[in-house]
Amino acid sequence: MNETLVSCTALTKRYGNKTALKGVNLELGRGRIVGLLGPNGSGKTTLIKILCGLLQPTEGAVLVDGQAVGPYTKSIISYLPDRMYFADWMKATDLFDLFADFYKDFDRTRAMSMCASLGVTPSDRLKSMSKGTKEKVQLVLVMARKAQLYLLDEPIAGVDPAARDFILSTILTNYNEEGTVLISTHLISDIEKVLDEAVFLKEGEITLHDTVDNIREREGKSVDALFREVFRAHNIEGGAF
Amino acid sequence: MDWQFTDDRPIWQQLTDQLTLRILKGEYPPGERLPGVRELAAQAGVNPNTMQRAMAQLEADGLAVGSRTAGRTVTQDISVIESAARERARAAVSACLKILEELGYSGEDALVFVKEELHHE
Repeated sequence: MNETLVSCTALTKRYGNKTALKGVNLELGRGRIVGLLGPNGSGKTTLIKILCGLLQPTEGAVLVDGQAVGPYTKSIISYLPDRMYFADWMKATDLFDLFADFYKDFDRTRAMSMCASLGVTPSDRLKSMSKGTKEKVQLVLVMARKAQLYLLDEPIAGVDPAARDFILSTILTNYNEEGTVLISTHLISDIEKVLDEAVFLKEGEITLHDTVDNIREREGKSVDALFREVFRAHNIEGGAF
Repeated sequence: MDWQFTDDRPIWQQLTDQLTLRILKGEYPPGERLPGVRELAAQAGVNPNTMQRAMAQLEADGLAVGSRTAGRTVTQDISVIESAARERARAAVSACLKILEELGYSGEDALVFVKEELHHE
């Protein structure tokens, strides 16, 4: 098993004449929780979708566990999309059946116990659930797999602060120890203390990739404070709205 | 007791400080088994790797003994705990003196303040 789990080389993605990612080089090790941090439109979702094979890069290469993106990498990646993609007549238990069919590493017992601790009734239909509860169901589906790479796209955006803490502790206590978790968000102060590393993405380019401890030690401020500084400076240069 | 973090320093250092304080106060008495890294990490809501680093520092300071696999206990060596407590006390006094100095008071003044404060109580 090689040490590097994810490796992106000179990754570029263009949508027409708009460039979403510009020559991104990124290496991620195993057993880490990594924050993918950037404002709206910085390319976070594009990068995640390329990693899980939903988008093809315009240029560059991606390897996950030493393999090009394909059926094997999909079997070891657990992906939480930024929006719900299930039919609303389904119950959470229907989704568990579906996931158990699709993924060998899905642990149904664990999914049920996570539902109990998150206060979700698995026999309810999705359409009767609130937005926050649906997000919890999605999180249960994703975290109940014993995957090597968890890609979580904005997992805490739609829930209240109390549920946020609960979701973060669910992530902390349920991820596979050899697995790596990549969390994209712009709500940094909430997740900073669970992260090993932070990756700053600015207009499709990685401007910083370091451990949270190093950043705090070097800058004497939190990653959140640094983020606000880095991304605010740009707005002022950009002039008036 | 809750875990509190400030923005200016690495989180593992703050964890080490707070764990040390618990040992010095006797919340984790000498010779007692400390909770596991994962359990403590879940309590504090931090990454287990961060907690691991904080515990390694406690070991380096001599306050915790044992291994990751067998579990750690608080040291039985009271002298280590006592000297760590004295170090904490000195740090608190020097921080206090620094504030008084900024306000323009001398060391002598500081002693007077301390005596007055003790009388009040």
